[in-house]
Parts: sequence; structure tokens; C-alpha cells
Amino acid sequence: MNSLKVSILNKLVRILISFFFISLVSFMIIRLIPGDPVTHILGERGATEERMQELKKLYGLDQSLLKQFQIFVSQAAVGNFGESTVSHQSVMSEFKVLLPATIELAMLSLIWASIAGVLLGILAAVKRNSLWDYSAISISTIGFAMPIFWWALLCIFFFSVQLQWLPVSGRIGFEYEVPYYTGFFLIDSLLSENSWAAFLSALRHLILPAFVLGTIPLAMITRITRSAFIDVEKEDFIRTAKAKGLNQSQIIFKHVMKNAMPQILTTIGLSLGQLLTGAIITETLFSWPGIGRWLIKSIEARDYPVVQAGLFYSMLIIALTNVLVDAGIEKLNPRMRAAK
Amino acid sequence: MFLRQAVILALFMSSTAFAAKNLIYCMEGSPSTFNPQLASDSVSLNSSSQAIFNRLVEFKKGSTEVIPSLAKSWTVAKNRKTYTFKLRDDVSFHSNEMFKPSRKFKADDVVYTFKSQMDTKHPLSIPSANYEYFKAMELDQIIADVKKTDDYTVVFELKKPEAPFLANLAMDFASILSEEYAQNLVKSGKGLKMLETNPIGTGPFVFKSYQKDSAVRYTAFDQYYKGKPKIEQLVFVITTDSTVRLQKMKTGECHVMSEPQPQDIESIQKTAGLKLVSTEGLNVGYVAFNTSKKPFDNLKVRTAITHALNKKSYIDAIYKGQGTVAKNPIPPTMWSYNNSTADDEYSIEKAKQLLKEAGFENGFETELWTLPVSRPYMPNGKKLGELMQADLAKVGIKVKLQTFDWPTYLEKSKKGEHAFIQFGWTGDNGDPDNFLNVLLGCSAVKAGSNYARWCQPEFNALIQKAKEEPTQAKRSDLYEKAQVIFKKEKPWVAVAHSRQNKVISDKVTGYTIDPFGHEQFESVDIK
Repeated sequence: MNSLKVSILNKLVRILISFFFISLVSFMIIRLIPGDPVTHILGERGATEERMQELKKLYGLDQSLLKQFQIFVSQAAVGNFGESTVSHQSVMSEFKVLLPATIELAMLSLIWASIAGVLLGILAAVKRNSLWDYSAISISTIGFAMPIFWWALLCIFFFSVQLQWLPVSGRIGFEYEVPYYTGFFLIDSLLSENSWAAFLSALRHLILPAFVLGTIPLAMITRITRSAFIDVEKEDFIRTAKAKGLNQSQIIFKHVMKNAMPQILTTIGLSLGQLLTGAIITETLFSWPGIGRWLIKSIEARDYPVVQAGLFYSMLIIALTNVLVDAGIEKLNPRMRAAK
Repeated sequence: MFLRQAVILALFMSSTAFAAKNLIYCMEGSPSTFNPQLASDSVSLNSSSQAIFNRLVEFKKGSTEVIPSLAKSWTVAKNRKTYTFKLRDDVSFHSNEMFKPSRKFKADDVVYTFKSQMDTKHPLSIPSANYEYFKAMELDQIIADVKKTDDYTVVFELKKPEAPFLANLAMDFASILSEEYAQNLVKSGKGLKMLETNPIGTGPFVFKSYQKDSAVRYTAFDQYYKGKPKIEQLVFVITTDSTVRLQKMKTGECHVMSEPQPQDIESIQKTAGLKLVSTEGLNVGYVAFNTSKKPFDNLKVRTAITHALNKKSYIDAIYKGQGTVAKNPIPPTMWSYNNSTADDEYSIEKAKQLLKEAGFENGFETELWTLPVSRPYMPNGKKLGELMQADLAKVGIKVKLQTFDWPTYLEKSKKGEHAFIQFGWTGDNGDPDNFLNVLLGCSAVKAGSNYARWCQPEFNALIQKAKEEPTQAKRSDLYEKAQVIFKKEKPWVAVAHSRQNKVISDKVTGYTIDPFGHEQFESVDIK
């Protein structure tokens, strides 16, 4: 086994252990805060003691915490996360429908943020202290500092209400009915009856939320790219390259880019993790049926099974993106491997 | 960057031609189920019972009057415990991919609908369902038996006279389901859970599909017993943010929207193409004193606070004129509202005087719990709390504001951990019992919904008696007396009754707003 495989394996074991402990903690925390699914179901209404007991029994809340955890772990191990206390549907069936929406939005945001961010960052680094540089830094600072709900509403108001270019919210025009094949509307729409028209509608609905959601990663990627470039440019080997008489574009794309890449990739990879674990505000404002909104609503409703499954998923995504990013960097940069 | 984006966007611009007779209703949340027996929130109920189902009786549009629906007529026996319903014989059920009804609606469907909720051992009772609303209205305690005497006659036997019974049957959870469909689901092994995701009803619209957290689609039912609806396709689009909902109204992506924010009302009225429709709501927003705790066990203290709060200013600031000052615990549109009770006037002097008499010359410190969710009866609990805090400071009462997230708030307040708390209520069936007994009756102290934890024997006797009286006139008399006691004893400060608002496009015709907040599209048309 080569060292790369060993290191990944090593990480997986650590991840498994942390999984167990995080599940335990999250399982306990959600139950320790006051209020349970039963109180939420009753709302302003009252209920007799017997009725409360009856309801608690229905959700298995009459059993001891340890017993409940034991059931959770043994079921989760075989992929059964139970049933939502709100919708009475299996958690996995809901998850299956909502996850593609989140992935679709996250991917498009990240693609736009990475391309624009890297280009902007390079431009700023190359034309350091010029108007280009200052503009790029300003955009990045504003993008980073902008409250996302405000930015989203502003974009909706400008692009949808004033200019009427794009729809305000939703995933596709109501006139199209997309059957479920993959859950990704960009794919499913093509397979539906009005393929191209439906695809365009899905794409038009995706643009604004992806643009808004990509703003923060864009800002981060711009900054990191710029500083990584500037750092690499100071290195001796760049001076050597310059001395050898290579022209600027050769230096940038052959030497600087390659050496700055690990840092940029790390940022992109970590952003992906964040985007995939749910963009609550963006999903809410654009009525995007994704994971983030689902999780938040479940916490409000004390929908224990959904919260547990959601946290489990978040851990998985964060852990996986970390492992993948690390592996990618090690591949790109042999020095990282040597350092171990 | 912007420019390039703009050019690309322009390429995607396509003028989507709206096919005729499609109506889009933008609502604030996602339905949790399409079985009205299991739903308790208004979004689920509108998406299920109002669109897909009918009940034996229904509320006349825009009012709380009970009129015939699937039952043509009914008689009540002298002992007021036997109700006999004559059913229509021309009502069809919907069909879907799994089910084609072989017969029309008849008495068996009614018996099944109620028996399966009453008795969890009934073969067609959904396993692990809690039938929350049925039990909350105590129908399991009230109904002794439901039986058919012939295919179009159903008899309900009650354990005791229960005046609000008819109104209860008009409520959403009493929607009539198809027995044949339920039997088929059991037989085919698909299971009764399908009732929650693939509903079959008799109502104006046939359920087509639900895309989770996104949209619900319906088509007009061509065999609807009141005639096929004018709208062909009905779509409920889920748009949780009220600002975004309003923007969608402006761009024409919605034709009707729920729950506009009070602060947006003025701009809506000025927007061309949009119409605000509103009606008095069946609700009350209030602050309850925990009368089992000091110093709120003292009537003088409660009276002092009643004088110290400037309710008129709250209506202007919080409800933006979309509410009226409340004096009684029930809204003025409800029968038996006692208009002769006098409200305590806003007077700092009187408040100070009373506090002095109660031995709190220098005031006291207390905690006010503010409502953590926005409800029509109280759009902004925190802001209301701040105004109350300022008012009470003027008479020397130092108020600390406290709040929790909603389930925590509910749990703590039902246990009576609060001293002084904001709450409210939206009526279920238009009956005064549904306010006075549920919120202020002695049994509600234990059940938790009497947040004042106030059990006054005289008041309780009146409302219990009113439950069993046969005529509305006699009942009304008793409820009016009960309100006088409420005003004298002051377990709450009733703050406001808010209006129900909806925004509709001026293309929509025939839309009636309903005091219960029901969305009914059966007679709506679109230009």
C-alpha cells in the first residue's frame, strides 16, 4: 500500500470514531433542550396528561434516552433514519428528493465562484496596486461583508421585479412538470415532455440563487488566489524563471499557477463542504427545496429523526470534502506527502 | 462581469405564455400531510381538506354559519344527543393511478371516516396516527356511536348534549374520506400511509402531485357535485418569505398570496394590479397573568397593569391599523360577543393608585415572555413587549423581556413557569366555547392551554352550562355573563383582534376571504 492510501485509511478510521461521538452528542443535545415533537404538534392547544403520554409513546419518547440512542444507532447502521414526526414520511425518502436540489445549487454556485474568483484573483495579483487590483479587492470585501438576505432581496428586486429577466423564486416554471429521475432538474427537465423549454426554465430559475449563493465563496476564492499568487511570485524559482527569460504568461500559467493551486483548491473544497450542508438563507428566500431549509424547520419542530439524519449527513459531507481536498493536494504537491 | 452576465441573461429571457385558467396561490409553508384528519396547521389543511375534500356540513363562505354540504339536511332529537343526517346521492370520489371508484359517496364513507378516528383498533384506522384534531375537539369523548340506517342516512349518538357539535363537523378534520379507497389500499398492500400522500376526496380539485417544499398541483374535478370549478389547474407554490411572496405577486408569478406583513399593506394598496382583501379574523392576541403566582394573584395588581397599558398605541405600531383593540376574550364578529362590557381606560394615575393599594407603591420587578413566532394575532411579540415594558416602567414596574424558541416557549408555559406572557388564539369552529372553554376553562389549566392558570368557579359553571343548552339565544346569554366575569377578574389583558389579509391579482374574480383563513378556489375564476 502506498502512503497516500495509508493516509486516507488513517483518516477514515478517525472519521468513524468522530462520527460516533458527534452522533451521540447531537442525539443528546436535541433531546436535552426543552420542547419535543409533541409540544410542537399541540401548539397553543392544551392536552391532558394521559394524552401527552399517549403521544410520547407514539414517537417512542417514553423510553429511556439510552434505549432511544441504541435504537437510533442500530437502525442508522443499516441506513434507516426513521420517519419524520411532522410529515410521517421516511427521512430517507425526503432526503432523496431534497439533496439533488442542494447539490445542483451548490455546484453551479461553486463553478461560477471558482471561475470568476480565480480570474479576478489572478488579475488582481498580476496588476498589483492598479485599478484592477483595487476593484477586485473591493468586490471581494463587499461580497464577503454583504448580508446574504439583503443581497438576495436586492438581486430579486433588480433582476426579477424591475428588469423582469429572471423568475423571483422556485425551481422551475409551474407550467412544466418534471418527473423524478435523478432529482437534478437540469437533467430531469431534458428528459421531460417539453425538454428544452423545461430545461431553460430550470436554468433561469437556478441563475439568481446560484449567483447570490456564490458571492461569499467568490470573495474568498478571489482573496486566496490573489495572496497565493503574490506569495509564490516572491519565491526564488520564479526569479529564476524570469531570469531564464520566460515571458509573463508562461510564468503565470506554468509556474505560479501550479504552485498556488493547492491553496486555491483547499478554499474551493472547503466552500463546497459549506455549500452542500445547506444554504439556509438562500434556500429560504428563493424557495429552493433543499437540505438547509429542511434542517432548520426540523429543528424548530423538534423533528428528532430528521435532525439526527441531517447532522449525520453534514458530518459526512464535511469529512468527505476534507479527505478529498487533502488527497487532491497531496497528489498535486509531492512536498505535502514528504512532509509527513 | 455584470454586463456579461446581463447579456447572457437576456438570452434566456423567454416570454412564458400563461395558459388560460391556471391559478397560482403562493403560501407561506409546506403542507405536512394531505390527510386532513392528521393535519393541524392551516397550510396543510388548506392544501388538503379545502381543496380536495368536503364535509357533511360546511361554513357558509365568509361566515361562521353552518350550512349543508355532503349532508342535504339533518335533524336533532329532543334529547339533543341524536343527530340524523340525510346524505346527497350524487357525489363522486376522485380517482388516481391506483384507484378508480366503483361507487358514489354513501353512508359507509361517513361511518368509516368517524369510526377510524374514534377507535384506533378499527381495521382502517391508520397505525401510529394520532388524530390530533379529532381528540383536541374531544370528539372521542363526545361521540358514542356512528351508524348508518340506510345508504343515505347516518345517525350520530352523543354521550351528552354538545351544542358546538355541528360546527365541529364542519371543521377540516371531519372531511369525508372514501372507505373503498382505504380498503383497496389495505387489500393491495400499499398501506394506509398512502392516504397522506395520495389523497382521494370528493372536493372541487383533484390532487395531482406534490413536490416537497416546492409546489402542490391540482386539476379541476369535472364531476364535482357543485359543478366543475372554473380554474383548470390550481398550483399552490410554497414561498416562505413574505417579502419574496409579494415580489412574486408584482411580477405575476402568483395570483393570490397569503399573510402579507402589516408593514407592506400600504404599499400593496398603492400597487397597480394588486388588490388587498380582508375580513375580521377569528382571533385574539393577549397577555396572560399567571394568576397562580405572586403578585399576579392580586386582582388590584392585574387591574393596575390593565390601566397602565396603552393598547391603542400597540394597534398603531404593531398591527399597523390591521387590527382592533380587544376588550373581551372573543372577537366582535362572534355571536355572544358582549358589547356592553366597558374596557378599562388607559390611566397611569389609576394604575399607580391601585398599585399603592396593593402594597406595591414602588412597583415591582417581573418578567414578560414575548411570543417568539409571528402570528396574525400578534405579528411581532418582541416589539410589543418593548412597548409594554416602556408603559409599565411609567408606573414603576420593571419588566424584563424573555423569550425562547417556540417549542421551548410552549413547553415552559404549559407547565406554568411564566409570570406574565404573550399568547393568542385563532378559532377553530366559530363557537364561543372554542375560546372561552379552551383558553379559560378550569380543565384547560391542567391541559395547559389556560395560560393564566385561572380557574374561577362561577365563570366555569357558566361556560359548562352553555355547552349543553340547546338554543343559541340561551347560550349567548350565558357567554355574555361569562365575559362580564372575565372583565371583572382580568386573567388577561386582551390586546387585539387582527384582520385576515390576502393579496390577490386584479385578474382574479370570485375570491372570498374567509374568517377561518380557509382558501377556497371552487368558485374562483381568472381573467
